[in-house]
Amino acid sequence: MSEYKLHLLVCGGTSCRNLQSDTLAENLKTEIDKQGLTDVAQVVKTGCFGLCDKGTVVKVIPENIFYAHVKPEDAKDIVEEHIIKGRKVERLLYTDPDKKQIRIALRNCGIIDPENINEYIERNGYEALGKVLSEMTPEEAIKLLIDSGLRGRGGGGFPAGIKWDLTRKVESSIKFVVCNADEGDPGAFMDRSILEGDPHSVLEAMAINGYCTGSNYGLIYIRAEYPLAIERLKTAIKQAREYGFLGNNILGTGFSFDIEMRYGAGAFVCGEETALIHSMEGLRGEPTMKPPFPSVEGYLKKPTNVNNVETYANIPVIFSKGVKWFAKIGTEKSKGTKVFALAGKVNNVGLIEVPLGITLREVIFEIGGGIKGGKKFKAVQTGGPSGGCLTEKDLDTPIDYDNLIAAGSMMGSGGMIIMDEDDCMVDVAKFFLDFTVEESCGKCVPCRVGNKRLHELLNKITSGNGAKEDIDRLINLSNVIKDTSLCGLGQSSPNPVLSTIKNFRNEYDAHIDDKKCPAGVCKALMTYFIVEENCVGCTACARACPVGAISGERKEIHYIDPALCIKCGACEERCKFNAVIVK
Amino acid sequence: MGKVRSLNDLKNMREKLKSKASLRKKGGQTEKVVQVKVAMATCCIASGSRETMNYLTDELEKRNIDAEVTQTGCMGYCYAEPTVEVTIPGKDAVIFGYVDEKKADEIIEKYIKGGELVEGIIPVNYKNIEEIN
Amino acid sequence: METVKLTVDNKKIEVPKGTTIYKAARKLGIDIPVLCYMDLADLNIEHKPGGCRICSVEVEGRRNLAPSCSTEVFDGMVVKTHSMRVLNARKTVMELILSDHPKDCLICPKSGNCDLQNLAIKLGIRETPYQEFSEMSTYRKDFSPSIIRDMDKCIMCRRCETMCNEFQTVGALSAVNRGFNSVVAPAFEMDLEDSPCTYCGQCVAVCPTGALTEVDHTNQLIEDLSNPAKTVIVQTAPAVRAALGEEFGMEPGTLVTGKMVTALRRLGFNYIFDTDFAADLTIMEEGTELLDRLNRHLKGDKDVKLPILTSCCPGWVNFFEQQFTDLLDVPSTARSPQQMFGAIAKTFFADRIKVAREDLVVVSIMPCLAKKYECQRDEFKVNGNPDVDYSISTRELAHLIKRANMDLNNMPEEDFDQPLGESSGAGVIFGATGGVIEAAVRTAYEIYTKKKLDRVDFKQLRGMEGIRHANVDFNGLEVNIGIAHGLGNARKLLEDVRNGISQFHAIEIMACPGGCIGGGGQPLHHGNLSILQKRMEAIYREDAGKPIRKSHENPYIIKLYEEFLGKPMSEKAHHLLHTHYIDKSKKIIYMK
Repeated sequence: MSEYKLHLLVCGGTSCRNLQSDTLAENLKTEIDKQGLTDVAQVVKTGCFGLCDKGTVVKVIPENIFYAHVKPEDAKDIVEEHIIKGRKVERLLYTDPDKKQIRIALRNCGIIDPENINEYIERNGYEALGKVLSEMTPEEAIKLLIDSGLRGRGGGGFPAGIKWDLTRKVESSIKFVVCNADEGDPGAFMDRSILEGDPHSVLEAMAINGYCTGSNYGLIYIRAEYPLAIERLKTAIKQAREYGFLGNNILGTGFSFDIEMRYGAGAFVCGEETALIHSMEGLRGEPTMKPPFPSVEGYLKKPTNVNNVETYANIPVIFSKGVKWFAKIGTEKSKGTKVFALAGKVNNVGLIEVPLGITLREVIFEIGGGIKGGKKFKAVQTGGPSGGCLTEKDLDTPIDYDNLIAAGSMMGSGGMIIMDEDDCMVDVAKFFLDFTVEESCGKCVPCRVGNKRLHELLNKITSGNGAKEDIDRLINLSNVIKDTSLCGLGQSSPNPVLSTIKNFRNEYDAHIDDKKCPAGVCKALMTYFIVEENCVGCTACARACPVGAISGERKEIHYIDPALCIKCGACEERCKFNAVIVK
Repeated sequence: MGKVRSLNDLKNMREKLKSKASLRKKGGQTEKVVQVKVAMATCCIASGSRETMNYLTDELEKRNIDAEVTQTGCMGYCYAEPTVEVTIPGKDAVIFGYVDEKKADEIIEKYIKGGELVEGIIPVNYKNIEEIN
Repeated sequence: METVKLTVDNKKIEVPKGTTIYKAARKLGIDIPVLCYMDLADLNIEHKPGGCRICSVEVEGRRNLAPSCSTEVFDGMVVKTHSMRVLNARKTVMELILSDHPKDCLICPKSGNCDLQNLAIKLGIRETPYQEFSEMSTYRKDFSPSIIRDMDKCIMCRRCETMCNEFQTVGALSAVNRGFNSVVAPAFEMDLEDSPCTYCGQCVAVCPTGALTEVDHTNQLIEDLSNPAKTVIVQTAPAVRAALGEEFGMEPGTLVTGKMVTALRRLGFNYIFDTDFAADLTIMEEGTELLDRLNRHLKGDKDVKLPILTSCCPGWVNFFEQQFTDLLDVPSTARSPQQMFGAIAKTFFADRIKVAREDLVVVSIMPCLAKKYECQRDEFKVNGNPDVDYSISTRELAHLIKRANMDLNNMPEEDFDQPLGESSGAGVIFGATGGVIEAAVRTAYEIYTKKKLDRVDFKQLRGMEGIRHANVDFNGLEVNIGIAHGLGNARKLLEDVRNGISQFHAIEIMACPGGCIGGGGQPLHHGNLSILQKRMEAIYREDAGKPIRKSHENPYIIKLYEEFLGKPMSEKAHHLLHTHYIDKSKKIIYMK
């Protein structure tokens, strides 16, 4: 079989398909057939290019030429001009198909075999460690890190270099370096992916941290629910020891550092530094007041430098590529990239890494390929249960730590959940509160009791018992919980409530005043009824109803008794005449 | 493998590893091996990538194709799991999504054997660090 | 010392670096309300978990409110303790606490003495806004022989946990579950009775609400007192008389011995006796045992166990029965005064007044909750009939007196009945830490040296320090004495004994801070430990005023030996006044 000379890759992503990319592909095939070129060129539909605003996108390989905004009727031109005459179709040409994503933390994920240290070394692995150990003093290395502007990727965004410097300055013969791998936001899995895809990058960075802060002991606190990540880390640690990147006298420099694992039971609050440390000590995973900061007094009362997985994954690159290189990416105050777990009602759910400063619109509508099923975008939740819901008006805000806070949300660890018109925002707030109520450690009153009461208030509203003053109560309670909670969990847990009230007050009002859920999510507020004109009296619905709420003689109009109806939807499913509707 | 004793040792080692790999990529005389990488993070495995990987390993051997199947981490295209990257010597790597056994069979038969692309290609939509100066 | 300057409510102050906002404000006379906070400076315990958030204050420039109990001041800090933001937050937080707290104050054992109730009054809480739809966290009520846990009333202040784990190192209580369902409980929410709890009652002593209370025997007592078929006699522990007055508004440290006796008599007890009498008896037995071991040791007997440990404190006995089971043969075998009293009362005294054992009810008034458990132990029963039928605490006695429309303030003073009501000053000082060993020294010295003491006060054995030691010269023989109060302190001395490096000949151990005067059944100190100091002074005052200061000089004790027991450690004494210890280590398997 002879090989094709050309391949025409036609984007088959949802958004391009809405622009008739299927027809375009068919047309291209027909043209190629017509011209007798079936042995020369092949048309292939692909997944999303992440260039949805340029749809339909066609890529010609091996020449790597992009055409944008290609319509079905352009097929002829492309075949005649490009394939036959070998000339580019200028009017469709898309010369600078800039990829939106930049992978720093994920640089090796999906590329190397995580269980083979050679593949990591092949991609310059452990050279940053070698360079720091052989060519830099701890002070110089920390200065470089401070200059890079790298901020903690776990959520708070505290400058990593400054944190390291705090630990370095404390006099102590024993210090600890900790990797916080207690990823807990619902829907977030970037830390797991990094540990599973590129464990050595974390080990390397921890060793660098050890050298800089003056510590010889590293601990990885990882939740036991990540068995594959644990296995790969264990393998990586073993290999790193064999190669001498961990252990005594690393790379002949005299510096010694080793890493052990500590397993958490998967409590969200243990992502908080002090709670994490208590958990490692075998105590109840509860936060304590700061100060003392762990950097000064942490694990076993020794100075302890805690950093998140993604933060670590960035560090070797900063040292090998340099500050200038790194600082070019991102915004003034938020350098580099951020990994997001894109989830919800977006076409391309997945793990993405984008330069800070990118807009939500680019993330959702280009990388994410737009909203599923062509529905209307409603909101995006960032920062997990601690974050807030952002709306249409925030879509063009560049994403960085400070802008997200200003918009009423936060960066968080990188969960990003997209919601469409079918999502009820009161229900969304309730969903997140459900999570925080479950995950509160119970130590302080506002978080333990306050979140529970917030959740109950939301429940009251979604079940149709809301009163006008409940909104004020929600707001006051939310503010007090934020104002008085001990740790970050409680200080941010009301954010989903406050931001949905702020941005979707009309939905709250509809639940309370009209006893209606506009998105049709809150079951208690829905009524099933029969449209008289459509009902033929077939009795199918009455037979399907599990509680006997539907009455009516054969061939006569049926009736649903709302007092008996349990809103199971069986009647609607069974009716062939669209006579049962729900409002 | 002994310990790496200095930064220079490490650099030499890396060069050795790199040249071996580039030999492979260029389809040099000595090696003409098809590289197949299967994304094997937790979520990939949950979507069936282990089955896909086993199938590819077995079938490539059965069909006498000189190929090396390895695992790798999350490629990020979670919506299209399982995902597989195929590199034919001398060509750019291509990532395929939704690779179940049927798709894997198609990839072997059409792409690996015949160089004919099959549907389900996932265009790489990111720049890696090497691409940024 | 490095100091910082700050402003609290527009008042300027300079305090040492590291001071908390709460303490800085107190110096200015500003009393920020607290709830979970507890400052037991004398015990080196400052419990400031920052859990209740009631003490939140506004700090200029800070994003959120700061818990004043656990926030350190910084230079230039500007604090507002009663801004509208603070008052609103405080009220809302209080409403939240109350929304998960039963409102049965009218019938709550803590009513009138409850920190939460007082705070609700202070904050002017007039409504419970979440009531109509909110769920309450509910838990199984847990009854042990001494302590009742009604965790529906727990507000998670965690004070009990600190006392149990840090001060006592018992480890029976810790927070379990999470979120709304979190509560302080024994591991796996097992019953307290199955846990390593020693019933010391220090958790009860610090509980701000009705979550932890004593098992109440007053109704049983009223029933027995009104039963004409029963002869009801009572013994009162030394620490009770030094604290009971507080419940009637008297100054801490007021001695109410005579008033208490009158009140008990008016309540209808047939005989009012004194546990101090039995304390003298304890000294006779324990002192003799000490000298016996000491003599054997001096003669080179390698098997003799030294140091001898006192065994009067039932919380302490429970502690070593669980945690130091390898040392069960080290403590003195002497029963506690309560049990010695009971054994004598139900044999010697019952015979004397010709009342059948079953018809004689022996009640003890104790500063202690572990005593409730102790008197139920099988070792202290004859054919199922306990030597001491039940024990009521100082607090229960106060309630009973009030219930009978009596006021201790205008009660005349009367004397104990005889023959079990006479005691020496040595028996009295049992109530304070160091007292038992001082009493023992007074007697042992004279018996060993066969000389009269010129001075009976051994001040070197007294004080509030957690661990103390002193040497007493027994006419050329240096006797090394150790004293610990609080089980955490006891543990330290015990570890040394276990490791064979203890230098002491005798060690006195009391489970509670200050000894029995700080017992779990005493009037609540609400965190003010200076009260214990005053009670202690009262105890030593009573001792100083006694005509007889040494146990072996108590004429009734001498008579008891002559007429009934023979001599200390005789077979009869052994049978009635000594005991053995039980390995309860299985209770702490869960802890390991």
